[in-house]
Amino acid sequence: MTTSTIQNRITDLFSTKSDRLLNVYFTAGFPQLNDTRTVLRGLQQAGVDLVEIGMPYSDPVADGEVIQQSNGVSLEHGMTLRILFEQLAGCRDEINVPILLMGYINPVLQFGVEAFCRKCQEVGVDGVILPDLPFDLYEAEYRDTFERYGILNIFLITPQTSDERIRLIDEASEGFIYMVSSASITGSVSGVSDVMKAYFERIAGMNLRNPRLIGFGINNQETFDAASEHANGAIIGSAFVKHLQKNGPGAEGIDAFVKAVRP
Amino acid sequence: MQTTVDTQSSFEVTDKGFYGHFGGAFIPEMLYPNVEELRQNYLNIIADPAFQAEFWQLLTDYVGRPTPLFLAKRLSAQVGATIYLKREDLCHTGAHKINNTIGQILVAQRLGKKRIVAETGAGQHGVATATVCALMGLECIIYMGSIDIERQKPNVDRMRMLGAEVRPAKSGSQTLKDATNEAMRHWINNPVDTHYIIGSVVGPHPYPDMVARFQSVISEEIRKQLLEKESRETPDYVVACVGGGSNAAGAFFHFLDEPQVRLIAAEAAGQGVNTGHSAATTALGKPGVLHGSRTILMQTEDGQVTEPYSISAGLDYPGIGPLHAHLFDSGRGDFYSVTDDDAVKAGFNLSKLEGIIPALETAHALAVLNELPLRKSDVVVVCLSGRGDKDLSTYTKYL
Repeated sequence: MTTSTIQNRITDLFSTKSDRLLNVYFTAGFPQLNDTRTVLRGLQQAGVDLVEIGMPYSDPVADGEVIQQSNGVSLEHGMTLRILFEQLAGCRDEINVPILLMGYINPVLQFGVEAFCRKCQEVGVDGVILPDLPFDLYEAEYRDTFERYGILNIFLITPQTSDERIRLIDEASEGFIYMVSSASITGSVSGVSDVMKAYFERIAGMNLRNPRLIGFGINNQETFDAASEHANGAIIGSAFVKHLQKNGPGAEGIDAFVKAVRP
Repeated sequence: MQTTVDTQSSFEVTDKGFYGHFGGAFIPEMLYPNVEELRQNYLNIIADPAFQAEFWQLLTDYVGRPTPLFLAKRLSAQVGATIYLKREDLCHTGAHKINNTIGQILVAQRLGKKRIVAETGAGQHGVATATVCALMGLECIIYMGSIDIERQKPNVDRMRMLGAEVRPAKSGSQTLKDATNEAMRHWINNPVDTHYIIGSVVGPHPYPDMVARFQSVISEEIRKQLLEKESRETPDYVVACVGGGSNAAGAFFHFLDEPQVRLIAAEAAGQGVNTGHSAATTALGKPGVLHGSRTILMQTEDGQVTEPYSISAGLDYPGIGPLHAHLFDSGRGDFYSVTDDDAVKAGFNLSKLEGIIPALETAHALAVLNELPLRKSDVVVVCLSGRGDKDLSTYTKYL
């Protein structure tokens, strides 16, 4: 198994901080097409550790209603990958926080995998999360291209992922492992149950080489704290998209949201 | 010319789930354990003699197989060739869909699953799924696009009467694509005790292969019946409609490696291929990933899946199964686009000539007969995939 030697803002982050990291997801081009940079700036000012920018897709099967709807709204505004890269161009003059793009494989394939990776490098994207590009296919077909441009690919594990497969993913991953908290789509569960805690502890006990962030069902301080007890931090998605939908992209609102989760 | 003997057919799925460039399993990790469990077990389960015995007994005594291969004399005279109709419309529940649901419910039982989820477009697959769930006493949840619920009400009522819960898919175009998204989400949320019965040769590997195997009974019977009736096992043409393409996969299956048999696929052109209201995937699509497999897909330049349109809910799908994408790409299959109007005309034509009201989906296949370069001596088998009772309200608008 080859392990990559990519070093970027994500690996740098985890080498200096390992506790209570907060990663926040938002959909690009939402609530308005040109809000992407505003939200990004707001999240950095509020002190989040990583941001995940959603590349909207017509058929986001791993996402629940909130993120689906935000994808639909963004697409109606005319959002495309090309526009997203234009919006992100030059962002590294003001944004230091590591940036991940999260989305589905088909728009990336149509853009061209190599062209996509080149653009990511150009605008300063550090990693991607593509849930429907499974680990095995990534290894076989796409890994070389992503590595050539220094782009990390973050993989998901779930309560149903076997220990053997977790080891395999851990060996081949760089950056962090995305722990899906329960068998679910995004935004469909809330709270941390005993079953979830047992799963968090099981994974914590595996002594993986990669840090872990827990996502799905994290929506307030209580769930953030519970996740952070068992991993290096947590990821918030649907709850923040709901916030944007209700309150817009204003910096004060974003700051209040983030402080409410991690005072 | 020397040719090497290839032990594996080039139309057989590889162990990674590919047909040529198409197929695979592009699924989120949340679905991996389920799909992997199925992949590791489906061939052994199907090969088990006890499974085979139960499968065939149900196909015989419950579904009513073999279905007749009917020589349509008046249609033959009109078209100017020998036309046989493979009467899948005479299957229990009125379409070929039940061949697959019988197979999959037996697989689900052997995997210890307690609940079934499925998507449906026209409602035929939903009815076939609800039927086998009733037969086996399993809980059944069917996702169906809100628009399809409107236009296929009789099938919605049938599913409910059979004890299934019909849940409307309200996202996107509110048709088959969105019902499939919702069924996949449901499966992600219920990974341990639920089996997803996909209704067509679409989805992540091993679904396209598993569904094609269960539907292959259609071509298996055609060969035997043709031998009896025409003293030959292979026709010159096999014609079938393609939405996802399960009846076509079944009708083509045992002829894939015989290039003298032309495989004809009829896609829905809707109001016309270039009107923006069409579901003619091979005419309008390009390679992409949808519902877990790489296939030919109707999409924007930016890779967003296009909302398809067809008068027929069962063909209203922006992709095709990966096997069909490979048949198209390799030239093994010939793909035709049939408009709503031509399909409806073909449906009326068959009703009046042969006393058979075909499903609107099937009517697309019948319409292709007028396009083929047929000679008098040609033997053509049309897969009559379903009956048209469910489509009466659409047909009667044309009366």
